[in-house]
Amino acid sequence: MKFTRRDALKGLGGIPLMGAVWWAGAASSVAKKKERSAILEQLNIQPSLPSAVPGIGGEPIRVGVIGFGIRGEQLCRALGFATEEWKEKMRMAAKEDPKHTALSDFESQDKLNVHLAGICDIFDYRANKALKSFNTPDNKMERFRTHQEMIRSGKVDAVVIATPDHWHAPMAIDALENDIHVYVEKPMTHNVSETYRLRDVAMNSKAVLQVGHQHRQTLSFQTAKDIVHKGTIGHVSLIQTNTNRNDDNGAWMYEIHPDASPQTIDWDMFLGSAPKIPFNKNHFFRWRKWWAYGSGLSGDLLSHDYDRLNCVLNMGIPNSVMTSGGIYTHRDGRNVPDVLQVNMEYPNFSTGSSQPKGKEKGMTFVYSATLGNGFSRPTILMGHDGTLELGNELTIWPDGRSTRYADMIESGKMNPEVPIYQYNPGASTPDGVASATSQYFADKGLMWTYINGARVDSTFLHLREWLSTTRNGGKVSCGVKEGFEEAISSHMAGLSYKLGRRIEWDPEQGKLKPIEGIDFDEALLASL
Amino acid sequence: MVLLRLFIGWHFLYEGIIKLYNPDWTSFGYLASAQGPFRSFFIWMTGDSIMGMADWGNKIALVFVGLTLLLGIFEKWGAIVAALLLALYYLAHPSFPWVAQVNVEGSYWFVNKNLIELVACLVVYQIPTSHYFGLQRLFHKKETLSHAN
Repeated sequence: MKFTRRDALKGLGGIPLMGAVWWAGAASSVAKKKERSAILEQLNIQPSLPSAVPGIGGEPIRVGVIGFGIRGEQLCRALGFATEEWKEKMRMAAKEDPKHTALSDFESQDKLNVHLAGICDIFDYRANKALKSFNTPDNKMERFRTHQEMIRSGKVDAVVIATPDHWHAPMAIDALENDIHVYVEKPMTHNVSETYRLRDVAMNSKAVLQVGHQHRQTLSFQTAKDIVHKGTIGHVSLIQTNTNRNDDNGAWMYEIHPDASPQTIDWDMFLGSAPKIPFNKNHFFRWRKWWAYGSGLSGDLLSHDYDRLNCVLNMGIPNSVMTSGGIYTHRDGRNVPDVLQVNMEYPNFSTGSSQPKGKEKGMTFVYSATLGNGFSRPTILMGHDGTLELGNELTIWPDGRSTRYADMIESGKMNPEVPIYQYNPGASTPDGVASATSQYFADKGLMWTYINGARVDSTFLHLREWLSTTRNGGKVSCGVKEGFEEAISSHMAGLSYKLGRRIEWDPEQGKLKPIEGIDFDEALLASL
Repeated sequence: MVLLRLFIGWHFLYEGIIKLYNPDWTSFGYLASAQGPFRSFFIWMTGDSIMGMADWGNKIALVFVGLTLLLGIFEKWGAIVAALLLALYYLAHPSFPWVAQVNVEGSYWFVNKNLIELVACLVVYQIPTSHYFGLQRLFHKKETLSHAN
């Protein structure tokens, strides 16, 4: 057997080719990785880990639920109680689409040490629905006709308030004055004076108040806090946040239940402080469309966006707010606007600066909303050194004219069009989101967060934190300080829209700057 | 024919190596956005338990094809694996006019680059060249010599 030179060349010729391709591929990957790790090292961002919450020991906490509508049912599920109807519906959905994981997510949720002891809903159908599913030998549950009765019954330690906005503060104040713990949905209050009152009551109560901004549990927001704190994007001069919805559900056109009638609904109780009008199903089920019971875009959805950013930046109440808008896409008798632009001014706020001292100071927070278009506009924080897109995922782009990154941009190590950091805690977890409105909340990081790659309902975490604090002490993430800031800022936006003028905050007095001849509460809740 | 084989091998090896050295790479996006009649199968592959295997399987298969075709050894096996991989890529995002084109470059009508490369692999399978250029030449010669003895 003899090999010629030709044999060797043709036999082994592939080896150098293979070596070259392998080297080229590996070198390019490794170089990219090195560049990335150099950038990441410089940024030094620490993705947040979930904070440990002490367990709820001893006897189960007795919780009463006030309001068993759409949100009330969601809150009960987060507490570990789902109606049979919902479970059946989710079973069917999972059968049709294996990606639909709502039921398995619910079943794998940790069990809280909770006894759902009371239900209070002024619509018989809803109260009975809760009783039917939750009043079991393991969980004795009672219906209370009014919240006052429930609070004073001695049968609940804590209440969850998921009612129309105009009932939030009266119920929360009543409960806190009786030392009953409160979890109240957002916005914390419906007008200005009750916001001051609730703050005072909460500060003097032994009970724990948590406002339902569950996204404070979202890990990406906690990571964003670290990003901004480290000066990664420099001085933020503008924040842009948006609502874009284009469906009936998103415009609060909820279904009207066929059982609804003056016999099955305690109409006077529903009205509460609202102007007395005859029984009206449209108002009962679609209360978000009227100032008398709801808060429109400013209290309903701006409050989410405001608190998301307040959680990251802790910027507090703006010095002044200017709002404009109108009812331009749903002229169906509602009196809250469906297109709204809010500008909040923070002339003294800064997130730090990479430029000469004193050059940069001040920020505007812009909220732009329409219920007539569904194009997804992201939330962005615009800094001198970079731009941060904030949602369940985080992305940072360096700015082409950044001071901090000038050298890296000049040397080509950074490119303004290529993100320098991306945080996607759920990268390997596909999500099945049912409706347009759910998608809207999910994109904003308002529905769930990811812990070790698994999807966790942030409302569950928020409730767990509250319940744990009632037993073990400590601090909740969205207490009265945060709730007060959210409520006042939302009301300033609503007032500016109503009055067509600038609304100012007086930090020394801890009150809105008065405007002669104007009663803020009257102006905010007026039907026109 | 040798050139065709080498180029295909080159392409596969480079794709494989890039993915091998990038720990963050995943075919999740490509599979999750799959379109057409086999959509549910590809979506199934994105399941938690399958995803990791699918990613590793793809990397190993790519490098295997690259090595066999470039080095010129077991080229028929390489060509078959390559054709299977390309068929999967094609079916995940088929260029049928009635199927939405998501996550793909170029404009095609039934025939796209994946399909052309697939056919090229079949040709490589049909017309092996490793006995002329490749490690197989050395073994081939050894075999013919031993037969002659």
